[in-house]
Amino acid sequence: MSDRSLRGKTAVVGVGETTYYKRGGAPDAEFVLAIKAILAACEDAGIDPREVDGFSSYSNDRNDPSRISAALGIKELKFACMQWGGGGGGGSGAVANAASAVASGVADVVVVFRALAQGQFARFGQGPKMSAIAGDMAYSMPYGVMSPAQMFAMRCTRHLHETGITRDTYKAVSLATYAHAQNNPRAVMHGRPLTPEAYDNARWIVEPYQLYDCCMENDGAAALVIVSADRAKDLKKKPAYILGATSGSEYRNAAPSHNAPLYATSSFTSLAPRLYDMAKVGPKDVDVLQSYENFTGGVVMSIIEHGFCTHEEANSFMTTENFLAKGGKLPLNTSGGNLAECYMHGLELITEAVRQIRGESPNQVKDAKISMVTSGPMVTPVSNSIFGSRETL
Amino acid sequence: MSTSEFYLPEGLPAPAPAPDGLDKPYWEGVSVNKLIVQRCKGCKTYQWGPEWVCHKCHSFDIGWEEVAPKGVIYSWERAWHPVHPALKDHGPYIVVLVELPHAGNIRMIGNLLGDPKQDIKIGANVEAVFEHHTGSKMPYTLVHWRVTK
Ligand SMILES: [Zn+2]
Repeated sequence: MSDRSLRGKTAVVGVGETTYYKRGGAPDAEFVLAIKAILAACEDAGIDPREVDGFSSYSNDRNDPSRISAALGIKELKFACMQWGGGGGGGSGAVANAASAVASGVADVVVVFRALAQGQFARFGQGPKMSAIAGDMAYSMPYGVMSPAQMFAMRCTRHLHETGITRDTYKAVSLATYAHAQNNPRAVMHGRPLTPEAYDNARWIVEPYQLYDCCMENDGAAALVIVSADRAKDLKKKPAYILGATSGSEYRNAAPSHNAPLYATSSFTSLAPRLYDMAKVGPKDVDVLQSYENFTGGVVMSIIEHGFCTHEEANSFMTTENFLAKGGKLPLNTSGGNLAECYMHGLELITEAVRQIRGESPNQVKDAKISMVTSGPMVTPVSNSIFGSRETL
Repeated sequence: MSTSEFYLPEGLPAPAPAPDGLDKPYWEGVSVNKLIVQRCKGCKTYQWGPEWVCHKCHSFDIGWEEVAPKGVIYSWERAWHPVHPALKDHGPYIVVLVELPHAGNIRMIGNLLGDPKQDIKIGANVEAVFEHHTGSKMPYTLVHWRVTK
């Protein structure tokens, strides 16, 4: 192992979240949600919150680490890190940044968090209300390309066209994810199962996405605590060791006006090999996958780009049965994810990946030892991460 | 081709030239029914959207060149759910991503004119239709596309 690799040097030792709410439904201000999730994660880890000395987040989270440190009486802040750009694509990137800080001795106890109160602040899924737009967006917004769904739909249309993959794969992602949420009391869609008929009959949002291909919009906060592998051994919960975490994207992915040379991808083609190389595992070793669903089509691309099947195999491999925790070949989004647990901007996928290693998932995959996350398909930068139990070190 | 009929209702964000002047030649071009894009004077690479520097050779001496206002459909989407008040009750509309094979395969976004429920074929030939909003406080032109034989 190269001395510069992150593999096995740090671990997630605490996870926590607030109650997850429908958009606008949180009784607390966003800052309060952030604090509550951080305290819950520290409680779970058995670490005094005053001992936290670093914070890592993404997507321009509004809750400033210095302000959080003041509010919680944190003894000394040593690390305050924001992953730049890519929205929810920064989730695993924030883990990579936190783990890098701990592995290199920059800080000792780093919290990764994300908080959203869309009632208090603006919604993701609505177009902007300004009267004029200049710059890159002047070439798309006036044509009605304004929401995230509208920004990514053409990548998926092209992908379906190039590969012959059908929208049945989208449906499988959605149905499996909803099925998992029915066993998860934390899930906003708990008690609201999705039938194949309801999926089919739902309205179009923007072709090729129907309603249940799209993530929810929610309020809440989630957090996790990262410490060194040494420290992790003595804490109360089973550590989820960080075997690898990478972020980035392909050559000129952000070329304006949809000019990315590799257009029909989820932006992971260059990251996937780097992640497996760092973690020293391959797709065959992965027991369970949490794959960020802004839109189901992005999940389909992410799964292929991470080598779980080829384009040619996708139509037969990507079935609801294969995605279920119970008996599936690739258990997927076992908490209900962004579609049905909570759109916690994908941090709920990472807490779920950790719970799988601990044996605490509401849809536990038997003996899960290698647990993987892909964060934010089709944006740039995207990121991904792999967590392992002690025996994988 | 140009049109004074608007494909989408007014009230969406209107395009404005970048305050730093980067894309001035493009907006001047479309106002007189010309498609003008960046082409590096040094290495001849076509570039879209506009940048201050050539992504290939890093020259700052980037020229602008008129290209034939035609292309092929590279991808598309049909938007049904209105995400802006101006689109409420409007119904579906089609967005196309058009590739210009004669200009280094650069791509441009526009609306596809005609029946919003029409079948759309990736690879179909299209020509540009310049939609002039001359009555606006800040006049501007959108570039749409129409399928040709
Ligand atoms: Zn050049």
